[in-house]
Amino acid sequence: MSKVPAELKYAKSHEWVKLESDGSVTVGITDFAQGSLGDLVFVETPAAGRKLGKEESCAVVESVKAASDVYAPIAGEVTANNAALGDSPEILNSDPYEGGWMWKMKPDNVADLDGLLDAAAYEDFLKTL
Amino acid sequence: MTLKHTALHAEHVRLGAKLVDFAGWDMPIQYSSQLDEHHAVRSDAGMFDVAHMTAVDLSGTRTREFLRKLLANDVAKLQVAGKALYTCMLRDDGGVIDDLICYFIDETHFRVVVNAGTTDKDLAWIREHAAAYGVEVRHRDDLGILAVQGPNARARVLPLLPAALRGPAEALGVFQAAWDGDVFVARTGYTGEDGFELMLPHAELVALWKGLLDAGVRACGLGARDTLRLEAGMNLYGQDMDESTQPLESGLGWTIAWGETAERDFIGRAAIEPLRGASPKKFVGLLLEGRGIMRAHMKLRFANGAVGETTSGGFSPTMKQSVGLARVDRAAEGACEVEIRGQWVAARIVKPPFVRNGKVLL
Repeated sequence: MSKVPAELKYAKSHEWVKLESDGSVTVGITDFAQGSLGDLVFVETPAAGRKLGKEESCAVVESVKAASDVYAPIAGEVTANNAALGDSPEILNSDPYEGGWMWKMKPDNVADLDGLLDAAAYEDFLKTL
Repeated sequence: MTLKHTALHAEHVRLGAKLVDFAGWDMPIQYSSQLDEHHAVRSDAGMFDVAHMTAVDLSGTRTREFLRKLLANDVAKLQVAGKALYTCMLRDDGGVIDDLICYFIDETHFRVVVNAGTTDKDLAWIREHAAAYGVEVRHRDDLGILAVQGPNARARVLPLLPAALRGPAEALGVFQAAWDGDVFVARTGYTGEDGFELMLPHAELVALWKGLLDAGVRACGLGARDTLRLEAGMNLYGQDMDESTQPLESGLGWTIAWGETAERDFIGRAAIEPLRGASPKKFVGLLLEGRGIMRAHMKLRFANGAVGETTSGGFSPTMKQSVGLARVDRAAEGACEVEIRGQWVAARIVKPPFVRNGKVLL
Protein backbone atom coordinates (compact mmCIF):
# COMPACT_ATOMS: atom_id res chain seq x y z
CA MET A 1 0.00 0.00 0.00
CA SER A 2 1.24 3.48 -0.84
CA LYS A 3 1.65 5.93 2.03
CA VAL A 4 -0.65 8.97 1.92
CA PRO A 5 0.16 11.32 4.84
CA ALA A 6 -3.01 12.90 6.23
CA GLU A 7 -1.61 16.44 6.56
CA LEU A 8 -0.78 16.92 2.87
CA LYS A 9 -2.78 17.97 -0.19
CA TYR A 10 -2.59 16.07 -3.48
CA ALA A 11 -3.00 16.52 -7.22
CA LYS A 12 -4.40 13.79 -9.47
CA SER A 13 -1.07 13.93 -11.33
CA HIS A 14 0.48 12.53 -8.12
CA GLU A 15 2.21 15.55 -6.64
CA TRP A 16 1.88 16.33 -2.94
CA VAL A 17 1.77 19.83 -1.48
CA LYS A 18 2.60 20.85 2.08
CA LEU A 19 1.56 24.24 3.42
CA GLU A 20 4.39 25.63 5.58
CA SER A 21 3.92 28.00 8.55
CA ASP A 22 5.31 30.95 6.55
CA GLY A 23 2.65 30.59 3.86
CA SER A 24 4.98 28.97 1.32
CA VAL A 25 4.39 25.44 0.04
CA THR A 26 6.68 22.47 -0.53
CA VAL A 27 6.03 20.13 -3.47
CA GLY A 28 7.09 16.57 -4.25
CA ILE A 29 5.78 13.38 -5.84
CA THR A 30 3.76 10.82 -3.91
CA ASP A 31 4.77 7.41 -2.69
CA PHE A 32 2.41 5.93 -5.27
CA ALA A 33 4.19 7.91 -8.02
CA GLN A 34 7.68 6.83 -7.02
CA GLY A 35 6.54 3.22 -6.71
CA SER A 36 4.98 3.27 -10.15
CA LEU A 37 8.02 4.86 -11.77
CA GLY A 38 10.53 2.45 -10.25
CA ASP A 39 14.15 3.27 -9.48
CA LEU A 40 14.70 6.96 -10.18
CA VAL A 41 18.01 7.88 -11.76
CA PHE A 42 17.64 11.51 -12.86
CA VAL A 43 15.69 14.47 -11.49
CA GLU A 44 15.42 18.02 -12.81
CA THR A 45 13.73 20.65 -10.65
CA PRO A 46 12.63 24.23 -11.50
CA ALA A 47 15.05 27.09 -10.74
CA ALA A 48 14.36 29.58 -7.98
CA GLY A 49 12.59 32.64 -9.32
CA ARG A 50 10.68 30.77 -12.01
CA LYS A 51 7.00 31.60 -12.15
CA LEU A 52 4.77 28.60 -12.57
CA GLY A 53 1.19 28.38 -13.80
CA LYS A 54 -1.20 25.83 -12.36
CA GLU A 55 -0.58 22.40 -13.95
CA GLU A 56 2.46 23.71 -15.83
CA SER A 57 5.05 21.03 -16.56
CA CYS A 58 8.06 22.22 -14.60
CA ALA A 59 10.15 19.24 -13.49
CA VAL A 60 11.24 15.86 -14.79
CA VAL A 61 11.76 12.59 -12.98
CA GLU A 62 13.39 9.78 -14.93
CA SER A 63 13.45 6.18 -13.84
CA VAL A 64 15.44 3.39 -15.43
CA LYS A 65 12.37 2.85 -17.60
CA ALA A 66 11.06 6.25 -18.67
CA ALA A 67 10.88 10.00 -18.20
CA SER A 68 7.84 11.58 -16.53
CA ASP A 69 6.79 15.20 -16.23
CA VAL A 70 5.97 16.73 -12.88
CA TYR A 71 3.37 19.50 -12.81
CA ALA A 72 2.93 22.54 -10.60
CA PRO A 73 -0.14 21.75 -8.48
CA ILE A 74 -0.89 25.48 -8.04
CA ALA A 75 0.40 28.75 -9.49
CA GLY A 76 3.24 30.62 -7.82
CA GLU A 77 6.94 31.46 -7.81
CA VAL A 78 9.69 28.97 -7.06
CA THR A 79 11.78 29.98 -4.04
CA ALA A 80 14.10 26.96 -3.68
CA ASN A 81 14.74 23.50 -5.09
CA ASN A 82 16.24 20.37 -3.62
CA ALA A 83 19.82 20.24 -4.93
CA ALA A 84 20.46 16.90 -3.19
CA LEU A 85 18.27 15.16 -5.77
CA GLY A 86 20.81 15.95 -8.49
CA ASP A 87 23.39 13.58 -7.04
CA SER A 88 21.02 11.24 -5.23
CA PRO A 89 17.75 10.87 -7.12
CA GLU A 90 17.12 7.64 -5.23
CA ILE A 91 16.04 9.76 -2.24
CA LEU A 92 12.76 10.20 -4.15
CA ASN A 93 12.23 6.44 -3.90
CA SER A 94 13.27 5.99 -0.29
CA ASP A 95 11.81 9.15 1.24
CA PRO A 96 9.29 10.82 -1.09
CA TYR A 97 7.60 13.01 1.54
CA GLU A 98 10.62 14.38 3.46
CA GLY A 99 14.12 14.12 1.98
CA GLY A 100 12.64 13.81 -1.52
CA TRP A 101 10.92 17.20 -1.61
CA MET A 102 11.42 18.77 -5.06
CA TRP A 103 10.81 22.49 -4.81
CA LYS A 104 9.34 25.22 -2.60
CA MET A 105 7.13 27.95 -3.95
CA LYS A 106 5.24 31.04 -2.88
CA PRO A 107 1.63 30.55 -4.01
CA ASP A 108 -0.06 33.32 -5.98
CA ASN A 109 -3.11 32.55 -3.92
CA VAL A 110 -3.06 30.22 -0.92
CA ALA A 111 -6.76 29.55 -1.44
CA ASP A 112 -5.77 27.57 -4.57
CA LEU A 113 -4.84 24.75 -2.18
CA ASP A 114 -8.55 24.21 -1.59
CA GLY A 115 -8.83 23.00 -5.18
CA LEU A 116 -6.53 20.03 -4.43
CA LEU A 117 -7.47 16.64 -2.99
CA ASP A 118 -7.16 15.89 0.69
CA ALA A 119 -5.58 12.60 1.79
CA ALA A 120 -8.87 10.68 1.91
CA ALA A 121 -9.90 11.88 -1.54
CA TYR A 122 -6.48 11.02 -2.99
CA GLU A 123 -6.65 7.54 -1.48
CA ASP A 124 -10.08 7.07 -3.04
CA PHE A 125 -8.67 8.29 -6.35
CA LEU A 126 -5.82 5.75 -6.15
CA LYS A 127 -8.37 2.96 -5.74
CA THR A 128 -9.86 3.87 -9.11
CA LEU A 129 -6.54 3.42 -10.95
CA MET B 1 -6.62 -10.30 -25.61
CA THR B 2 -5.58 -12.79 -22.98
CA LEU B 3 -1.89 -12.64 -22.19
CA LYS B 4 0.07 -15.86 -22.39
CA HIS B 5 1.71 -17.23 -19.26
CA THR B 6 5.04 -19.01 -18.97
CA ALA B 7 5.35 -21.95 -16.60
CA LEU B 8 6.92 -19.56 -14.07
CA HIS B 9 4.00 -17.13 -14.04
CA ALA B 10 2.77 -18.26 -10.61
CA GLU B 11 6.31 -17.79 -9.29
CA HIS B 12 6.41 -14.22 -10.63
CA VAL B 13 3.12 -13.46 -8.91
CA ARG B 14 4.25 -15.12 -5.67
CA LEU B 15 7.45 -13.03 -5.70
CA GLY B 16 5.48 -9.81 -6.16
CA ALA B 17 6.74 -9.00 -9.65
CA LYS B 18 5.39 -6.06 -11.58
CA LEU B 19 4.01 -7.71 -14.72
CA VAL B 20 3.73 -6.16 -18.18
CA ASP B 21 2.54 -7.22 -21.61
CA PHE B 22 5.65 -8.23 -23.54
CA ALA B 23 4.83 -9.42 -27.06
CA GLY B 24 1.58 -10.94 -25.81
CA TRP B 25 3.13 -12.55 -22.73
CA ASP B 26 2.49 -11.46 -19.14
CA MET B 27 6.12 -11.03 -18.07
CA PRO B 28 7.94 -9.57 -15.05
CA ILE B 29 9.50 -6.18 -15.76
CA GLN B 30 10.94 -6.13 -12.24
CA TYR B 31 10.45 -7.79 -8.86
CA SER B 32 11.52 -5.16 -6.33
CA SER B 33 14.24 -2.91 -7.73
CA GLN B 34 15.45 -2.98 -11.32
CA LEU B 35 18.76 -1.42 -10.23
CA ASP B 36 19.37 -4.05 -7.55
CA GLU B 37 18.53 -6.79 -10.04
CA HIS B 38 20.98 -5.29 -12.53
CA HIS B 39 23.77 -5.11 -9.95
CA ALA B 40 23.06 -8.68 -8.79
CA VAL B 41 23.88 -9.94 -12.28
CA ARG B 42 27.05 -7.84 -12.54
CA SER B 43 28.34 -8.87 -9.11
CA ASP B 44 26.81 -12.28 -8.29
CA ALA B 45 24.04 -14.15 -10.11
CA GLY B 46 20.56 -13.39 -11.41
CA MET B 47 18.03 -15.32 -13.47
CA PHE B 48 15.50 -14.38 -16.10
CA ASP B 49 12.40 -16.18 -17.26
CA VAL B 50 12.77 -16.00 -21.04
CA ALA B 51 10.36 -18.81 -21.78
CA HIS B 52 8.45 -16.46 -24.07
CA MET B 53 11.33 -16.95 -26.49
CA THR B 54 11.10 -19.91 -28.80
CA ALA B 55 13.25 -22.93 -29.52
CA VAL B 56 12.79 -24.42 -32.98
CA ASP B 57 14.34 -27.75 -33.93
CA LEU B 58 15.28 -28.41 -37.53
CA SER B 59 15.98 -31.88 -38.79
CA GLY B 60 16.73 -33.66 -42.02
CA THR B 61 19.75 -34.63 -44.06
CA ARG B 62 19.86 -31.24 -45.82
CA THR B 63 19.50 -29.09 -42.69
CA ARG B 64 23.00 -27.61 -42.86
CA GLU B 65 22.58 -26.77 -46.54
CA PHE B 66 19.21 -25.15 -45.74
CA LEU B 67 20.64 -23.04 -42.91
CA ARG B 68 23.53 -21.86 -45.11
CA LYS B 69 20.83 -20.40 -47.37
CA LEU B 70 18.50 -19.14 -44.61
CA LEU B 71 21.01 -17.42 -42.31
CA ALA B 72 23.42 -14.54 -43.01
CA ASN B 73 26.11 -16.02 -40.79
CA ASP B 74 27.47 -19.36 -41.95
CA VAL B 75 26.66 -22.57 -40.10
CA ALA B 76 29.68 -24.09 -41.88
CA LYS B 77 31.53 -22.58 -38.88
CA LEU B 78 29.68 -25.07 -36.65
CA GLN B 79 31.76 -28.23 -36.81
CA VAL B 80 31.76 -29.43 -33.20
CA ALA B 81 28.52 -30.72 -31.65
CA GLY B 82 27.05 -28.10 -29.33
CA LYS B 83 28.74 -25.11 -30.97
CA ALA B 84 26.53 -22.02 -31.25
CA LEU B 85 26.40 -19.15 -33.74
CA TYR B 86 24.75 -15.72 -33.50
CA THR B 87 23.20 -14.65 -36.79
CA CYS B 88 20.60 -12.57 -38.56
CA MET B 89 17.84 -14.00 -40.71
CA LEU B 90 17.25 -11.60 -43.60
CA ARG B 91 14.52 -10.85 -46.09
CA ASP B 92 15.35 -10.80 -49.77
CA ASP B 93 15.76 -7.01 -49.55
CA GLY B 94 18.22 -7.32 -46.64
CA GLY B 95 15.81 -6.26 -43.89
CA VAL B 96 16.32 -8.15 -40.64
CA ILE B 97 13.51 -10.64 -39.93
CA ASP B 98 15.10 -11.61 -36.63
CA ASP B 99 18.39 -12.21 -34.87
CA LEU B 100 18.85 -15.66 -33.40
CA ILE B 101 21.26 -18.21 -32.04
CA CYS B 102 21.74 -21.43 -33.97
CA TYR B 103 23.07 -24.59 -32.26
CA PHE B 104 24.66 -27.55 -34.02
CA ILE B 105 23.36 -30.78 -32.52
CA ASP B 106 24.47 -33.29 -35.15
CA GLU B 107 24.63 -33.40 -38.92
CA THR B 108 20.87 -33.89 -39.24
CA HIS B 109 19.74 -31.74 -36.28
CA PHE B 110 20.14 -28.02 -35.54
CA ARG B 111 18.29 -25.84 -33.06
CA VAL B 112 17.53 -22.14 -33.40
CA VAL B 113 16.23 -19.84 -30.65
CA VAL B 114 14.21 -16.85 -31.85
CA ASN B 115 12.61 -13.80 -30.23
CA ALA B 116 9.14 -13.81 -28.66
CA GLY B 117 7.64 -11.00 -30.70
CA THR B 118 8.80 -12.51 -33.98
CA THR B 119 8.00 -16.18 -33.35
CA ASP B 120 4.99 -16.45 -35.64
CA LYS B 121 6.55 -14.74 -38.65
CA ASP B 122 9.86 -16.55 -38.07
CA LEU B 123 8.17 -19.94 -38.05
CA ALA B 124 6.23 -19.06 -41.20
CA TRP B 125 9.39 -17.88 -42.97
CA ILE B 126 11.44 -20.88 -41.89
CA ARG B 127 8.72 -23.35 -42.89
CA GLU B 128 8.23 -21.64 -46.24
CA HIS B 129 11.89 -22.09 -47.12
CA ALA B 130 12.46 -25.43 -45.38
CA ALA B 131 10.02 -27.30 -47.58
CA ALA B 132 12.32 -27.29 -50.61
CA TYR B 133 15.07 -28.90 -48.52
CA GLY B 134 12.87 -31.50 -46.92
CA VAL B 135 13.74 -30.07 -43.53
CA GLU B 136 11.32 -30.76 -40.70
CA VAL B 137 10.53 -27.74 -38.49
CA ARG B 138 9.44 -28.43 -34.92
CA HIS B 139 8.31 -25.61 -32.63
CA ARG B 140 9.52 -26.73 -29.19
CA ASP B 141 6.79 -25.13 -27.11
CA ASP B 142 7.17 -28.05 -24.73
CA LEU B 143 10.42 -26.40 -23.54
CA GLY B 144 10.93 -23.29 -21.45
CA ILE B 145 14.06 -21.13 -21.43
CA LEU B 146 15.80 -19.80 -18.32
CA ALA B 147 18.83 -17.48 -18.42
CA VAL B 148 21.10 -17.56 -15.37
CA GLN B 149 23.75 -14.87 -15.59
CA GLY B 150 26.55 -13.39 -13.51
CA PRO B 151 30.04 -14.25 -12.30
CA ASN B 152 28.64 -16.88 -9.92
CA ALA B 153 25.87 -18.14 -12.17
CA ARG B 154 27.52 -21.29 -13.49
CA ALA B 155 28.62 -22.42 -10.04
CA ARG B 156 25.04 -22.10 -8.77
CA VAL B 157 23.51 -23.97 -11.69
CA LEU B 158 25.89 -26.93 -11.94
CA PRO B 159 24.87 -28.79 -8.74
CA LEU B 160 21.21 -28.58 -9.80
CA LEU B 161 21.70 -30.22 -13.18
CA PRO B 162 21.03 -33.91 -13.86
CA ALA B 163 24.17 -35.78 -12.75
CA ALA B 164 25.08 -36.86 -16.26
CA LEU B 165 25.08 -33.24 -17.46
CA ARG B 166 27.21 -31.64 -14.72
CA GLY B 167 30.62 -32.56 -16.11
CA PRO B 168 29.83 -31.62 -19.72
CA ALA B 169 28.16 -28.36 -18.62
CA GLU B 170 31.12 -27.41 -16.45
CA ALA B 171 33.50 -28.01 -19.36
CA LEU B 172 31.59 -25.81 -21.82
CA GLY B 173 33.46 -23.04 -23.58
CA VAL B 174 31.75 -19.78 -24.46
CA PHE B 175 29.01 -20.23 -27.07
CA GLN B 176 28.89 -23.99 -26.60
CA ALA B 177 26.05 -26.21 -25.42
CA ALA B 178 25.60 -29.66 -23.90
CA TRP B 179 22.47 -31.69 -23.28
CA ASP B 180 21.03 -34.77 -21.70
CA GLY B 181 17.71 -35.80 -23.18
CA ASP B 182 15.54 -32.68 -23.23
CA VAL B 183 17.68 -30.74 -20.74
CA PHE B 184 19.88 -28.38 -22.76
CA VAL B 185 22.54 -26.07 -21.29
CA ALA B 186 24.32 -23.37 -23.30
CA ARG B 187 27.06 -21.02 -22.15
CA THR B 188 25.42 -18.03 -23.77
CA GLY B 189 23.60 -14.94 -22.58
CA TYR B 190 22.40 -11.41 -23.17
CA THR B 191 23.97 -9.52 -20.29
CA GLY B 192 27.71 -9.30 -20.92
CA GLU B 193 28.35 -11.67 -18.02
CA ASP B 194 29.25 -15.33 -17.88
CA GLY B 195 26.41 -17.77 -17.36
CA PHE B 196 24.06 -20.28 -18.89
CA GLU B 197 20.89 -20.28 -20.90
CA LEU B 198 18.95 -23.45 -20.21
CA MET B 199 16.15 -25.06 -22.18
CA LEU B 200 14.14 -27.76 -20.47
CA PRO B 201 10.61 -29.13 -20.06
CA HIS B 202 8.35 -26.70 -18.20
CA ALA B 203 7.93 -28.74 -15.01
CA GLU B 204 11.68 -29.22 -14.67
CA LEU B 205 12.24 -25.54 -15.36
CA VAL B 206 10.02 -24.56 -12.42
CA ALA B 207 11.92 -26.96 -10.14
CA LEU B 208 15.25 -25.54 -11.32
CA TRP B 209 14.04 -21.97 -10.72
CA LYS B 210 13.04 -22.83 -7.16
CA GLY B 211 16.37 -24.55 -6.54
CA LEU B 212 18.23 -21.52 -7.83
CA LEU B 213 16.19 -19.18 -5.64
CA ASP B 214 17.15 -21.34 -2.65
CA ALA B 215 20.78 -21.15 -3.79
CA GLY B 216 20.66 -17.35 -3.64
CA VAL B 217 20.20 -16.54 -7.33
CA ARG B 218 18.16 -13.38 -7.65
CA ALA B 219 15.01 -13.29 -9.79
CA CYS B 220 15.48 -10.50 -12.34
CA GLY B 221 12.95 -8.88 -14.63
CA LEU B 222 13.06 -7.85 -18.25
CA GLY B 223 13.87 -4.28 -17.17
CA ALA B 224 17.25 -5.31 -15.81
CA ARG B 225 17.74 -7.55 -18.83
CA ASP B 226 17.44 -4.46 -21.03
CA THR B 227 19.91 -2.28 -19.09
CA LEU B 228 22.35 -5.20 -18.93
CA ARG B 229 22.21 -5.87 -22.68
CA LEU B 230 22.53 -2.14 -23.42
CA GLU B 231 25.67 -1.88 -21.26
CA ALA B 232 26.97 -4.97 -23.05
CA GLY B 233 26.38 -3.20 -26.39
CA MET B 234 24.03 -5.91 -27.63
CA ASN B 235 21.29 -5.14 -30.13
CA LEU B 236 17.62 -5.50 -29.29
CA TYR B 237 15.44 -6.73 -32.15
CA GLY B 238 12.57 -4.37 -32.97
CA GLN B 239 14.47 -1.44 -31.56
CA ASP B 240 18.03 -1.40 -32.91
CA MET B 241 17.15 -3.28 -36.08
CA ASP B 242 14.04 -4.62 -37.78
CA GLU B 243 12.73 -5.42 -41.25
CA SER B 244 13.19 -1.81 -42.38
CA THR B 245 16.94 -1.78 -41.62
CA GLN B 246 19.78 -3.93 -42.89
CA PRO B 247 22.56 -5.41 -40.74
CA LEU B 248 25.37 -3.18 -42.07
CA GLU B 249 23.66 -0.08 -40.64
CA SER B 250 22.78 -1.91 -37.41
CA GLY B 251 26.20 -2.82 -36.07
CA LEU B 252 25.76 -6.40 -37.27
CA GLY B 253 28.25 -6.49 -40.12
CA TRP B 254 30.42 -8.81 -38.02
CA THR B 255 27.70 -11.45 -38.17
CA ILE B 256 27.60 -11.56 -41.97
CA ALA B 257 29.72 -14.40 -43.37
CA TRP B 258 30.63 -13.26 -46.87
CA GLY B 259 33.07 -16.14 -47.31
CA GLU B 260 36.54 -16.18 -48.78
CA THR B 261 35.27 -16.79 -52.27
CA ALA B 262 31.93 -14.97 -51.96
CA GLU B 263 30.02 -17.91 -53.31
CA ARG B 264 27.46 -18.66 -50.60
CA ASP B 265 24.15 -17.21 -51.74
CA PHE B 266 22.29 -16.60 -48.47
CA ILE B 267 18.90 -14.89 -48.54
CA GLY B 268 19.44 -11.11 -48.59
CA ARG B 269 23.01 -11.26 -49.87
CA ALA B 270 22.26 -9.70 -53.26
CA ALA B 271 20.58 -6.73 -51.57
CA ILE B 272 23.27 -5.94 -49.01
CA GLU B 273 26.47 -6.88 -50.84
CA PRO B 274 26.60 -3.57 -52.77
CA LEU B 275 26.53 -1.81 -49.37
CA ARG B 276 29.51 -3.75 -48.08
CA GLY B 277 32.01 -1.11 -46.92
CA ALA B 278 29.70 1.53 -48.36
CA SER B 279 26.61 1.66 -46.14
CA PRO B 280 25.37 5.28 -46.03
CA LYS B 281 24.63 4.83 -42.35
CA LYS B 282 26.60 3.25 -39.55
CA PHE B 283 25.83 2.10 -36.03
CA VAL B 284 27.65 3.51 -33.01
CA GLY B 285 27.69 3.64 -29.24
CA LEU B 286 26.98 6.92 -27.48
CA LEU B 287 28.04 8.27 -24.14
CA LEU B 288 26.11 11.23 -22.78
CA GLU B 289 28.43 13.88 -21.36
CA GLY B 290 25.80 16.41 -20.28
CA ARG B 291 22.86 15.95 -17.94
CA GLY B 292 19.84 13.80 -18.62
CA ILE B 293 19.05 10.40 -20.04
CA MET B 294 19.05 9.33 -23.66
CA ARG B 295 16.13 7.22 -24.86
CA ALA B 296 15.38 5.61 -28.20
CA HIS B 297 14.43 7.86 -31.15
CA MET B 298 16.25 11.02 -30.06
CA LYS B 299 17.88 13.17 -32.75
CA LEU B 300 21.66 13.58 -33.05
CA ARG B 301 23.70 16.27 -34.77
CA PHE B 302 27.43 16.51 -35.43
CA ALA B 303 29.67 19.52 -36.11
CA ASN B 304 30.33 18.36 -39.69
CA GLY B 305 26.63 18.31 -40.52
CA ALA B 306 26.13 14.58 -40.05
CA VAL B 307 22.94 13.56 -38.27
CA GLY B 308 21.49 10.44 -36.74
CA GLU B 309 19.04 8.98 -34.26
CA THR B 310 19.33 6.89 -31.13
CA THR B 311 17.88 3.41 -31.41
CA SER B 312 18.40 2.48 -27.74
CA GLY B 313 19.17 4.65 -24.78
CA GLY B 314 19.01 4.56 -21.06
CA PHE B 315 20.75 4.88 -17.75
CA SER B 316 23.73 2.63 -17.19
CA PRO B 317 23.50 1.46 -13.56
CA THR B 318 27.15 0.38 -13.66
CA MET B 319 28.53 3.64 -15.11
CA LYS B 320 25.92 5.88 -13.48
CA GLN B 321 25.43 7.86 -16.66
CA SER B 322 23.41 7.58 -19.83
CA VAL B 323 24.57 5.39 -22.71
CA GLY B 324 22.95 4.58 -26.02
CA LEU B 325 23.17 3.03 -29.45
CA ALA B 326 22.51 5.07 -32.57
CA ARG B 327 22.25 4.91 -36.33
CA VAL B 328 24.14 7.84 -37.84
CA ASP B 329 25.41 9.13 -41.17
CA ARG B 330 28.59 7.48 -42.36
CA ALA B 331 30.54 10.74 -41.91
CA ALA B 332 29.60 11.11 -38.24
CA GLU B 333 32.46 11.04 -35.76
CA GLY B 334 33.50 12.24 -32.33
CA ALA B 335 31.53 14.79 -30.36
CA CYS B 336 27.87 15.41 -31.03
CA GLU B 337 24.68 16.67 -29.46
CA VAL B 338 21.55 14.72 -28.69
CA GLU B 339 18.14 16.35 -28.42
CA ILE B 340 16.68 15.43 -25.05
CA ARG B 341 13.25 16.85 -24.39
CA GLY B 342 13.86 19.95 -26.49
CA GLN B 343 17.43 20.65 -25.40
CA TRP B 344 20.68 19.78 -27.16
CA VAL B 345 22.98 17.95 -24.76
CA ALA B 346 26.66 17.01 -25.34
CA ALA B 347 27.48 13.39 -26.16
CA ARG B 348 30.18 11.52 -28.03
CA ILE B 349 30.61 8.41 -30.12
CA VAL B 350 32.24 5.48 -28.36
CA LYS B 351 32.83 1.88 -29.29
CA PRO B 352 30.50 -0.57 -27.51
CA PRO B 353 30.43 -2.61 -25.35
CA PHE B 354 30.26 -0.23 -22.41
CA VAL B 355 30.49 -2.91 -19.71
CA ARG B 356 31.56 -6.55 -19.82
CA ASN B 357 32.23 -9.02 -17.02
CA GLY B 358 31.55 -6.43 -14.36
CA LYS B 359 34.05 -3.90 -15.71
CA VAL B 360 33.54 -0.56 -17.42
CA LEU B 361 35.42 -0.67 -20.72
CA LEU B 362 35.47 3.03 -21.65
